[in-house]
Amino acid sequence: MNVETWQEVTFWVLAAAMTFAAIRVVTSRNVIHAALYLVVTLLGAATIYVLLYAEFVAWVQVLVYVGAIVVLMLFGLMLTRADIGKSNFDNDQRLLAAVCAAAMFGVMSYVLVDAFEGQEIDLSRTEGTTAESVGDAIFSAYVLPFEVVSVLLLAALVGAVVIARRDTEEDD
Amino acid sequence: MPVHYFLVLSALLFSIGIYGVLARQNAVLVLLSIELMLNAVNINLIAFSAWMQGNGLPGQVFALFVIAVAAAEVGVGLAIVILIYRNRQTVDVDEMSLMKW
Repeated sequence: MNVETWQEVTFWVLAAAMTFAAIRVVTSRNVIHAALYLVVTLLGAATIYVLLYAEFVAWVQVLVYVGAIVVLMLFGLMLTRADIGKSNFDNDQRLLAAVCAAAMFGVMSYVLVDAFEGQEIDLSRTEGTTAESVGDAIFSAYVLPFEVVSVLLLAALVGAVVIARRDTEEDD
Repeated sequence: MPVHYFLVLSALLFSIGIYGVLARQNAVLVLLSIELMLNAVNINLIAFSAWMQGNGLPGQVFALFVIAVAAAEVGVGLAIVILIYRNRQTVDVDEMSLMKW
């Protein structure tokens, strides 16, 4: 098999695994399993980025999403003492939600296929975008949004501390 | 590879995330579903970035910004959820009707 065929095979295997894991995230009766299935979806997405020659974003995805966000989620689940065992976490509008999601998927996939059918991504390149070129872009053309994101992260950090802090005077 | 493979995959993940946001009762699981949706957006950005060849670098830069904003969102979101749990001993979104008329 040539490289293009392998790329297609990789894509379909990843797409199947990610879809299965994503469905388990929203239907699992065990909260910890839901968070761990999210890890599968996020790692699948990281592999898709590698397939699309975006190695730097793939590693940031693994570090920030899998390494930080999912761990934060697991901490959140533990701190709120969600029932770790099997219990019902779905409300009674499940059918309505499924209809809504299916309608969204139908409309979006119809529009996207209609607009982009026949357009090919050329994956026959030998080299991808390097971390160097991404860094050059961030610190030259996109330095202002980068600074804004830095301030946003600082504000979120301070905000999270202020919100979650236990007010000692009230407890007394 | 056809670009719409990636776009339809990302639309599928986004729709699954919508289902999770609408159908889940636990606030932390709602946040997990939001992460699914943000991730679908990132797949879209990277797919277009690869499609545009040499001009696609902004797509990757914005994917990095989306990841950073998602991290900030999770931090504040979990802080709010923990505060609500501390005050009301529940993270059930159906019971948080305090600000509903």
